[in-house]
Amino acid sequence: MMSQRSLRSLAFVAAAAGIQSVAGAQAVDRSRAPILGPPPKVSLPPIITRVLPNGLKLVIVEQHELPLADFALVVGSGGTVDPTGKPGVANLTSTMLVEGTTTRSSLEIADQIAFLGIGLGTNSNWDASTVSLHTPTAQLDSALALFADVILKPSFPASEFERIRKNRLTELIQLKDRPTAIANQAYASILYGASHPYGQALIGTEASITGMAPSDLVNYYKTHFFPNNSTLIIVGDVNPAQIEQKIAGIFGSWQRGTVPSYTLTDAPKAASTTVYLIDKPGAAQSSFRIGSIGVPRSTKDYFALTVMNTILGGSFTSRLNQNLRETRGYTYGARSGFDMRRAAGPFTASAEIVAAKTDSGLIEFIKELNAIRNAVPPDELLKAKRYLQLGLPADFETTQQIATVLVPVALYNLPLDYYNNYVQNVEAITQADVQRVAREYINPSSLAIVIVGDRKSIESGLKAVGTGPISVRDFFGKPVTQ
Amino acid sequence: MSRALIVSICYLITAISGSLQAQPVPRIAFEKYTLPNGLEVILHEDHSTPIVAVNTWYKVGSGDEKVGRTGFAHLFEHIMFMGSQNVPVGVFDKELEAAGGDNNGSTTEDRTNYFEVVPSNAVPLALWLDSDRMGFLLPTMDLPKLDLQRDVVKNERRQSVDNVPYGKSEEIILAALYPKGHPYSWSVIGSMEDLSAASLDDVKNFFRTYYAPNNATLSIAGDFDPVKTKALIQQYFAAIPRGPALPPRPNVPVVLLAKDTFLVLEDKVQLPRAFYTWPTVKLFASDDAALDVLAAILASGKNSRLYKRLVYDSQIAQAVRASQQASRLAGFFQIDVTPKPEQSLAAIDKIVQEELQRLMNEPITARELARVQNSFKASFLNRMTSVRTKADILNQYNYMAGTPEYVQQDAARYECVTRADVQRVARLYLAKTKVVLTVVPEGKREMMLTSTGGTR
Repeated sequence: MMSQRSLRSLAFVAAAAGIQSVAGAQAVDRSRAPILGPPPKVSLPPIITRVLPNGLKLVIVEQHELPLADFALVVGSGGTVDPTGKPGVANLTSTMLVEGTTTRSSLEIADQIAFLGIGLGTNSNWDASTVSLHTPTAQLDSALALFADVILKPSFPASEFERIRKNRLTELIQLKDRPTAIANQAYASILYGASHPYGQALIGTEASITGMAPSDLVNYYKTHFFPNNSTLIIVGDVNPAQIEQKIAGIFGSWQRGTVPSYTLTDAPKAASTTVYLIDKPGAAQSSFRIGSIGVPRSTKDYFALTVMNTILGGSFTSRLNQNLRETRGYTYGARSGFDMRRAAGPFTASAEIVAAKTDSGLIEFIKELNAIRNAVPPDELLKAKRYLQLGLPADFETTQQIATVLVPVALYNLPLDYYNNYVQNVEAITQADVQRVAREYINPSSLAIVIVGDRKSIESGLKAVGTGPISVRDFFGKPVTQ
Repeated sequence: MSRALIVSICYLITAISGSLQAQPVPRIAFEKYTLPNGLEVILHEDHSTPIVAVNTWYKVGSGDEKVGRTGFAHLFEHIMFMGSQNVPVGVFDKELEAAGGDNNGSTTEDRTNYFEVVPSNAVPLALWLDSDRMGFLLPTMDLPKLDLQRDVVKNERRQSVDNVPYGKSEEIILAALYPKGHPYSWSVIGSMEDLSAASLDDVKNFFRTYYAPNNATLSIAGDFDPVKTKALIQQYFAAIPRGPALPPRPNVPVVLLAKDTFLVLEDKVQLPRAFYTWPTVKLFASDDAALDVLAAILASGKNSRLYKRLVYDSQIAQAVRASQQASRLAGFFQIDVTPKPEQSLAAIDKIVQEELQRLMNEPITARELARVQNSFKASFLNRMTSVRTKADILNQYNYMAGTPEYVQQDAARYECVTRADVQRVARLYLAKTKVVLTVVPEGKREMMLTSTGGTR
């Protein structure tokens, strides 16, 4: 049992810029913060890259602190390329990888994972499907054999598929119990509309899951799981030359293929601000999701947006959290963020606000979204930049963390020295940059404001705030007529 | 023969007989000393990444609260970030973020911890902030600060208990499991009523009683210079006066339930869920590790007994969990299971009872034990990967086991568990009286489990 002061890990954290310093005197002066010495020099681990003849890219980082290694196979296809009308195929495909191969049953795979004391997991998001392995190096060979088996030889057994399908359908029923999950899904549907992939449900819908067959997953696998569509990230207590040889031996026979290309058109942005109200009778809090369609990961404004968002809602001392939590006590935490994908993902400001302060909460959200369009004070800008820069080494401590931060490098073709240049790229952001991107990407007159809460008690207050017309929606974001 | 010796012999035997992993759990090297004011200091150097974790444990948790003032230790955790004599409101977080650090705290029934993870150069900042609130919190403490964090904590409760399906089950179970007034009979987050009742005097008295150097341990792990850091600790902490004698710690009797208790809670849920809870033993007691193993045998992974029968084979359940939850004074074993739509808890209960009987009647297989022991061993290694967790582990063992150096003994506890041990603890604890709570959708009380084994 544990209660925490706050829900942290709001944003990507991060490393080192020059701060002036003088070493300590003998008598300590409590009345002011100590003057700190220069931050430690960031030396991020060297990254080695290789490409196997079949096109599989390898990204290798040595870290010998403990006898552990992390592997992440990142396949560059995810839910965005779910077949039309079948949301959830990519997600179920990766789920099913560990449910049986041509040489191992589902139960045998599970038995091996526990017996070897390893972590083996699958995941899929909009842009990628990932298989990750965490293993003590004493079990490296057995662990890699299992890892390769689920990647190369999944058999998508019909009986396991039926079990997983039933499980997923039950999960979808249970989502209705959780206002935060309803808010997330409804927000995406409203923002992008049902015809855009990002407006669909990554984990599928009752209709799509019911209508799915194992052949859908086999097709998805055969269409996208190619070595030339994949990067294998390797971090830990390994020798690069030896591990490359080992991987070539295991994955070398994986056949190259033609990955279908796709282009996503951006969904139209909202022309005006609307409040979408979803009724959850008796809800103790109102779940707020506020924002608009944002930017793709390739945006030239990445660093300006990251600094701007750190100030707005990307850290504990950000304006949204300070105002809504630490000044007014309306919430346990408020935040904002840009979900950057291959195409423009959403910008979202969010919080769970006590029901009785729903209208006041909306006023404060809008106030902050307007205020960030004004020039930010120099000290606030500096704090945000230092937070991002000086925190970078902490993201490179464990093998698992390093593997995680390398995923976007692999997926979005970022330069290998991306993190080495991170500090100076953040440093280059000026007050004018922050203001420019705030004005360009945060527009209070064209927001989707999704609020899931007790309609009976909050609707009149929201109406009185007058932020925009109120549209009552159901759990899926569809209009409710009455 | 001492218990420690028995443990080490068992550990040697398993090492020789060649368990799967040849890699033993590494030692966490440390230095420990105590300042004249009673503050314990534990230092562990790790220069692999230029960051440092500063972690303070105060030996006070919700178990030290009074009836009518529950949730107070956790509310107080929040108050500790509201500024002190030399650190104005908001400065704690702002200074740390500007230095590239992060911080947080957490509260359990036994202790409260506060931690910062900072770049190596920012250790003085972390020590300044932590020492100021230890030594100089009260001069600027006032009702607005209390009221503000009271609101934040009430929202935390809404977000983690009231607005969450099945969220209120824990406090109902604790109240039924422990006798009235038992320090674990309420939840860490506390009740809305008690949070409202907390007064400024309560805050001040609580601080004077528990937040003294002689009730705290400062653990620092990471990339620091030990000589400079000890000098800083001396400068910032040594002048803080020792607090008054601590109130006597509760010495609670072993929990015994007179009879099985069946409870029902209507909640905003689509599916019911049954929670079975048995009183067991406290942390590091002799059967604690075997009960952890038993929990994993029941519900960890697809091949575990309950998961396989209920979720995998028959597919009448959506989820099943089992755990031994051990704290400083007491512990309990819990199983919870959620049926699939249209499936009855009565049918599930029958299988749960069958599987528990089977565990009591025959030993588990060697393969089952190996799976669990290997997974546990790997998890010990995984806890060594970050300075944040290492600093916390050192503090945890220092308080709970009496020495920071306990990770290898802790790991050995699991190596020593035998198949017969698992059978023995199943017989000893799971045949005892229990609390069974069924959370049902509103208006569906007929779904509850009853003493006759089925639903009514």
